[in-house]
Amino acid sequence: MEESQDHILNEVTGGEYKYGFITDIETETIPKGLNEDVVRLISAKKKEPDFMLEFRLKAYRHWLTMKMPQWAHLTIPEIRYQDIIYYAAPRQQVGPKSLEEVDPELLRTFDRLGIPLEEQKMLSGVAVDAVMDSISVKTTFRETLAELGIVFCSMSEAIREYPELVKKYLGTVVPYTDNYFASLNSAVFSDGSFCYIPKGVRCPMELSTYFRINAANTGQFERTLLVAEDDSYVSYLEGCTAPMRDENQLHAAVVEIIALENAEVKYSTVQNWYPGDRNGKGGIYNFVTKRGICKGDNSKISWTQVETGSAITWKYPSCILRGNNTIGEFYSVAVTNNYQQADTGTKMIHIGKNSRSTIISKGISAGHGQNSFRSLVKVVKSADKVRNFTQCDSMLMGDKCGAHTFPYIEVENESAVIEHEATTSRIGEDQIFYCNQRGIDTENAVGLIINGYAREVLNKLPMEFAVEAQKLLAISLEGSVG
Amino acid sequence: MLQIKDLHVSIDGKEILKGIDLEVKAGEVHAIMGPNGSGKSTLAAALAGREMFAVTKGSVTYMNENLLELSPEDRARKGLFLGFQYPVEIPGVSIVNFMKTAINEHRKFKGLEPISASDFLKHMREKKELVGLTSSLTNRSVNEGFSGGEKKKNEIFQMAMLEPILAILDETDSGLDIDALKIVAQGVNQLRRKDNATIVITHYQRLLEYIVPDFVHVLYKGRIVKSSGKELALELEEKGYDWIKTEE
Amino acid sequence: MDESALSLELKRDLISLFRQNTGALETNSGRILNLYRERAFHDFDKLGIPSTKNEAYRYTPLEKYFQGNYDVELNANPFKIDVGSVFKCDVPELDTDVVLVLNGFFHSGNKTGQLSGGVIVCGLNEASVRFPDIFHKHYSHYADSEADGLVALNTLFAQDGVFVYIPPNTVMEKPLQIINLSHSLKNLRITRRNLIVAEENAVANIVVCDHTLCNQRYLANSLTEIFAGENARISFDRLQNENNLSTQINHVFIHQLQNSLFNGTSISLHGGLIRNNFYARQDGPNCETNLNGLFLCDDKQHVANYVLVDHASPHGTSNQLFKGILDNDATGSFNGKILVRKDAQKIQAYQKNNNLLLSSAARMNTKPHLEIYADDVKCSHGATVGQLDNEALFYLRSRGIGEKEARFLLMYAFANEIVSRISVPILKERIIELVDKRLRGELSKCNNCDIRCG
Repeated sequence: MEESQDHILNEVTGGEYKYGFITDIETETIPKGLNEDVVRLISAKKKEPDFMLEFRLKAYRHWLTMKMPQWAHLTIPEIRYQDIIYYAAPRQQVGPKSLEEVDPELLRTFDRLGIPLEEQKMLSGVAVDAVMDSISVKTTFRETLAELGIVFCSMSEAIREYPELVKKYLGTVVPYTDNYFASLNSAVFSDGSFCYIPKGVRCPMELSTYFRINAANTGQFERTLLVAEDDSYVSYLEGCTAPMRDENQLHAAVVEIIALENAEVKYSTVQNWYPGDRNGKGGIYNFVTKRGICKGDNSKISWTQVETGSAITWKYPSCILRGNNTIGEFYSVAVTNNYQQADTGTKMIHIGKNSRSTIISKGISAGHGQNSFRSLVKVVKSADKVRNFTQCDSMLMGDKCGAHTFPYIEVENESAVIEHEATTSRIGEDQIFYCNQRGIDTENAVGLIINGYAREVLNKLPMEFAVEAQKLLAISLEGSVG
Repeated sequence: MLQIKDLHVSIDGKEILKGIDLEVKAGEVHAIMGPNGSGKSTLAAALAGREMFAVTKGSVTYMNENLLELSPEDRARKGLFLGFQYPVEIPGVSIVNFMKTAINEHRKFKGLEPISASDFLKHMREKKELVGLTSSLTNRSVNEGFSGGEKKKNEIFQMAMLEPILAILDETDSGLDIDALKIVAQGVNQLRRKDNATIVITHYQRLLEYIVPDFVHVLYKGRIVKSSGKELALELEEKGYDWIKTEE
Repeated sequence: MDESALSLELKRDLISLFRQNTGALETNSGRILNLYRERAFHDFDKLGIPSTKNEAYRYTPLEKYFQGNYDVELNANPFKIDVGSVFKCDVPELDTDVVLVLNGFFHSGNKTGQLSGGVIVCGLNEASVRFPDIFHKHYSHYADSEADGLVALNTLFAQDGVFVYIPPNTVMEKPLQIINLSHSLKNLRITRRNLIVAEENAVANIVVCDHTLCNQRYLANSLTEIFAGENARISFDRLQNENNLSTQINHVFIHQLQNSLFNGTSISLHGGLIRNNFYARQDGPNCETNLNGLFLCDDKQHVANYVLVDHASPHGTSNQLFKGILDNDATGSFNGKILVRKDAQKIQAYQKNNNLLLSSAARMNTKPHLEIYADDVKCSHGATVGQLDNEALFYLRSRGIGEKEARFLLMYAFANEIVSRISVPILKERIIELVDKRLRGELSKCNNCDIRCG
């Protein structure tokens, strides 16, 4: 048994991170380090109104009083916040109006990443906001969407062009005091996407943001705000990659979603930040706060995430189910290979009556990876007839990795029905042999089995991205069969 | 097609097969019978290349090649098929997806393009009918939640899909009722050709009423102790295995 | 450790209580018991009383239960109890060897010395003097005072309790019944410390009953260390039935060597606050550990079960099944953890926690939790919080069973999954009866006892 596993392990060669290249482009950066002046500088660079500067400064001052959270099942090396560059932007015209004004090098970069920004080349039905380092490069299909009253643009533009909307919603789901990384983000966030779906509108295409870190020694702090008015629908997808570098880079993003009455928001993430090399050198620290509120009755927020990248992931996309009959969903596949660590999961806070939530998590640990699932299902006293179903499965590949689950269930209302199930398993040598006997080699067999294991979650991704995610899963596990 | 010479196989250092000699030619059906624990499944698994079964001595030549040097998947791609006694469950992987992957691997090995979706569906429809497999079954995950009979039918279905040169069916009859047994046997018989061969491993004579063998071998304590024509099976049925044990 | 102002104050009080009484404690206790106090002092000083910021005590707000004035007894209470009458009172027909522990002290009226087969049952303090070799080998070896301030606190104040020794290849003839009684005219702080050593191939059945005989406030901190030698088989059942003013913190540390079996079932019927901590460590291959718990709570009762099964060796199995029924303003929590260490392969570990909430004010928190560092393992856990199944209720009613009775039947069925695991048959019957009464809302007082436990 042991021998055959080692044999298989040696047989399969290590997978390469395909997105590790660096774009050679002139970048404008500010000096490293963080203080009030830096916060003011970022705000000034973005020509923000006063209320934003105030928001940032309050957040910064609050952040200074906080400590890094210690509760996650992660080993986080010391982060020297004064060594990080908080603003880096590819030098280009501010707010390019057409593609001709965008630096061709940038277009080539996104082409190589599989995200062509020329609308005719794109997957029809997907609008993209492409963000490199601290700024948005280009948002496609803006005009088409505008005809329906949908606003889809970079956060910086939104702050300038729709200050009232931003003022009304920013920080209402994730307040600047929320947690260490959210406070930091609130102080220094540079760009991100803003999306507003007016009342009664079904967004006809997938909205998508592609995040790319390029510059060295920088942190990326994007902020996404998504507002779905009554009776609206939107499906949103984000993807992320970064170059291969030996040093760790910090990514601390915040996503806020507001779903009003009868609105439905589907938010999918394919996270493929650089995970570090086989020995755990380099890689992104992905410390993200994502939260949505089902504010109106009958609204629904659905999170789907495929997490294959990053050296360390700390992320809990959550739903506050405030309206009655609201629905929260969380579907997750998280892979940790080599020396990756992940502590990820969700919170479902049931406040509204008849609110329902579903949590499906599939963790895969390989190499020396440590994969933790953490969840909170909370039912407050006023929330009658709440239903929750949680299923959390872990798969282990090899005897040096770990899989852990930390579910918290807190029920204060007797009419709730809460179910939690969890299992652990591994890829059986017998399963691989069965595939071998049908002529499928070990590498493909692992891909097949892993995708089967994760199918429930992958099925929730928009069609265009499900295939991509499947390939990504197989690639990120290459060389890890045990 | 297949020549086994003085094959010795051990598991965890314990010798299970102690010198097997067997020759199978194209067009033949061989039955290997024997009491529990005699080494029948070990022989099947060793031929398919399961690594926990260590070949300590002897040789196996398949299609003029040293079979023992090939990886399990290459053996499969060269037409060796094992019908498992206990097919494993693979959650989340549909049979359709599984078979498509397998067929394309076989084709790639032969230097062919991947099969087109329509050809694949046509091929599958034909073979499904052969073993009476329903679509609701093929859309399910491989062997997951299948009854014993469904698992065995699924094995024969896969055999039909992959069109092997040498099929080894390990206790394909165990756990089957008489109707399922007939369907399985019918499938095997329809796939019989001049240029392929089948080794049927079974504990009971029952299956051999439907799949008529050219040769019957009795395996006992890791050796073939008796080989003869199909009449041997009847004799075994009548007298049980005890007479072989005493003869030894 | 995160400490609140209150927990700091409590810690200060306890430390000064220790300082005032160090002399008396040490004079009254055997040398080996005193040997561990210094380290315990150091650990307690570091850890204090766990607050809800301590992850293991997140759902158990202990501090308020530690507040208030409690007396401490530094000598055994001379109060005389007829062992026979208590024995009759509690579990009739149960043929056991009985020992009483009064306010933490092994009662002088107990038959002591050797039972048949060389089994030793005596007071802990006495044993520390009579059997120094066994003591040196086991006492305070399994209870980790660095892990929990309350463990340190127990070792700090430990004076007496029960000592049980089952020699190799010995089967205990009758179950041993340990009855812990709290009896005083004043509020009392009680420390109990037990040590149970079952050598290789030994078989032991132990039943523990916790009772309060007066309606005073009791704050008991009990700790039991259990050693299961190679191939030993131990069953350890516990019935907790104390008054609503009582606080019982109860630690059980189980240390298993290869091929040993431990079955533990705890039934929490009554108590103000009951906190059970089970720590089972499998320190050799092929161990089996089964931990079951049932708690029924109402009014303002709080029952918390904390379980850690530590698979430190391969080929082990473990099962945790904890069930709770909560009514009125009761709160409950379950915090269970399966730890599979690196290279502890071929482990099968299961964990289940099911809870019924009967009233709108009842609250339940559960945290089933896995930490796994080996790949060839089968682990699963499940947790549910819900109500009685309405369809089942309807089905019963459609057969002519009244709603009240139907609800009772379903609750009973829910509880029975645990009760049925009690290994001593007559005790099982008795507990079935007690659970029955408890679920029907009748006081589950013992037959001849006038103390109303409710």
